[in-house]
Amino acid sequence: MRRSVVVTVLEDVSADLDVPRRPTVRPVAGDRVFRAISTAAATVSLFIVVIALVFLVKESQPAFRAAGYWKFFTTNIWNPSLGRLGVGGLLVGTVIIALIALVIAVPLAIGMALFINEYAPPRLRQILTSVIDLLAALPSILFGLWGKAALQRQMIPISGWLAAHLSVFPFMRLSRQGASLAQSSLVVGVVVGLMIVPIITSVSRDVMAQVPREQCEGALALGGTRWGMIRAVILPFGRSGLVGAVLLGFGRALGETIAVALIVSLVFKANFHVLEQGGGSIAALIATRFGEAGDLERSGLVAAGLALFLMTLAVNFVACRVVARTSAV
Amino acid sequence: MTITVSAAEPTSELPISRDPLPGAPTAPATLEAIGISAWFGKRKVLERCSLLMEARKVTALIGPSGCGKSTFLRILNRMHEVIPGAMIAGGVELDGTDIYSGALSPTKVRTRIGMVFQKPNPFPSMTIRQNVLAGLRLSGVTNNDKDALVEESLRRAGLWNEVGDRLDEGGMALSGGQQQRLCIARALAVKPQVLLMDEPCSALDPISTRVVEETIGALADDVTIVIVTHNMQQAARVSDRCAFFLVEESGEPGRIVEEGPTAKMFDSPDDQRTLDYVTGRFG
Ligand SMILES: Nc1ncnc2c1ncn2[C@@H]1O[C@H](COP(=O)(O)OP(=O)(O)OP(=O)(O)O)[C@@H](O)[C@H]1O
Ligand SMILES: [Mg+2]
Repeated sequence: MRRSVVVTVLEDVSADLDVPRRPTVRPVAGDRVFRAISTAAATVSLFIVVIALVFLVKESQPAFRAAGYWKFFTTNIWNPSLGRLGVGGLLVGTVIIALIALVIAVPLAIGMALFINEYAPPRLRQILTSVIDLLAALPSILFGLWGKAALQRQMIPISGWLAAHLSVFPFMRLSRQGASLAQSSLVVGVVVGLMIVPIITSVSRDVMAQVPREQCEGALALGGTRWGMIRAVILPFGRSGLVGAVLLGFGRALGETIAVALIVSLVFKANFHVLEQGGGSIAALIATRFGEAGDLERSGLVAAGLALFLMTLAVNFVACRVVARTSAV
Repeated sequence: MTITVSAAEPTSELPISRDPLPGAPTAPATLEAIGISAWFGKRKVLERCSLLMEARKVTALIGPSGCGKSTFLRILNRMHEVIPGAMIAGGVELDGTDIYSGALSPTKVRTRIGMVFQKPNPFPSMTIRQNVLAGLRLSGVTNNDKDALVEESLRRAGLWNEVGDRLDEGGMALSGGQQQRLCIARALAVKPQVLLMDEPCSALDPISTRVVEETIGALADDVTIVIVTHNMQQAARVSDRCAFFLVEESGEPGRIVEEGPTAKMFDSPDDQRTLDYVTGRFG
């Protein structure tokens, strides 16, 4: 008797309320605890990022006020005693070095990843995979030292050759006869490029290993060669992941500090002659100046760091848009 | 790739090329497996399997799970060796030419002996049209009349009526059965002499299965078909000949217990185990 009443009531309710609702779940105790912990972890890390950002913005104010917001990003001067600060040229220089690094790193890394995944025999594949991981863990100061002590000397004749033969590209020209070819953006770009090869290789190898077997076999069964399969299946499938891998490398290259500080001779004006001595890098500026900086210069360096951060953010944002658009096909 | 489907232009004035591979025969060919054994690493999974798969005939491979039907099928177009550590003994002759002899490259072999997989696997990054033409692109064959080839292949696969007006949509936007027929069309577009099908209907509903079976029946005149199936009715419906594979003792390699005309295999096989299997008494 009672039961039937309840049933009737329930039916009435559900019949009357024809509104969308989500079935609710009451989590069990263990689940609640875990949820609390992970929520806390997420909150704390977000909080730390926000605090850091607030700190940077606050600390950079004196410099921005002294130099002017717009001028800080557009002029090329670093004279804290006159209150004149501008990192426009350094921002450009940072991008130049990072682009050179990408030009070197991307073909090497993608080729390496393809070789490891598709061509290497199983034993070699294991060895190469661990070697790559090892290289990724190598401190960048070692790359910097090697670049300065060993690579630079080898690069000078190469730079000379490039200047002589590729002067159709304006950036490969020299501004004057006999300009020094050491400490150039190219040398730094090559070093940074080699530094980011492992990370790009490692991520893109993972991405390409995700391609379903059936897809690959489908391509081979149609009479495709390995290379045909790579082009028709693996690269399209992994496209957004590969863009992600490249951007990860780009981000690293933008922020790379020690190796750049060690090698390049810092100039504030954007130097588009990449073969010549003198290049710009925000991170290297901060690393080399921070120790002896007075109050205003210190604030200026924080502002420069903020500029680097914003640029990285912009790159990532653009990249996300690119990835979203290309993977929507 | 740019796609132009121009209805106004008389695109089909050129004769439809039946021969996209210069010099390659396109008539259905006889395939003969001679003493095939197969290993995965050290484990032997097939032993001395010989089978004649005649031109213009549909041959069905039947047998319990794990007895090596897929392995056998993949050996027929050199897909077995794609798996690391996979080994074979014996040979396969396509109209008398050993496909493992080096006279034909593996890629050439696979354009002449096409394959359709158990799980439909259209390329997700390609449109329907690009999927059909993928084989040409992959094997580097040029064809002047792509529109006609796309239509012809889709018609032969029994899919044209359903997708003819949306060739530029993605291949994944189709139902499972349509995807499988798209894969058949894709395999047919390279004009193979033999088509291997590994349980092509196992992921499909009964109606799609019916359509694919009709497609198989219609294709049998132009291309030799070898089909693996777990469905005895299907084997009885579509095939002319049947081969029964079996692992006699667990751990042993699979062997061909019996093969012959389908009618005989189903009504009065020589081997008791064949009868038990086709009548559903074990397996
Ligand atoms: N990639 C592989 N590596 C190792 N062993 C494999 C591999 N593929 C299949 N085998 C083994 O080879 C044997 C034959 O497998 P195969 O796939 O040919 O059987 P099948 O007859 O097609 O079975 P099913 O009807 O279930 O598809 C099985 O024992 C299986 O475990
Ligand atoms: Mg199988």
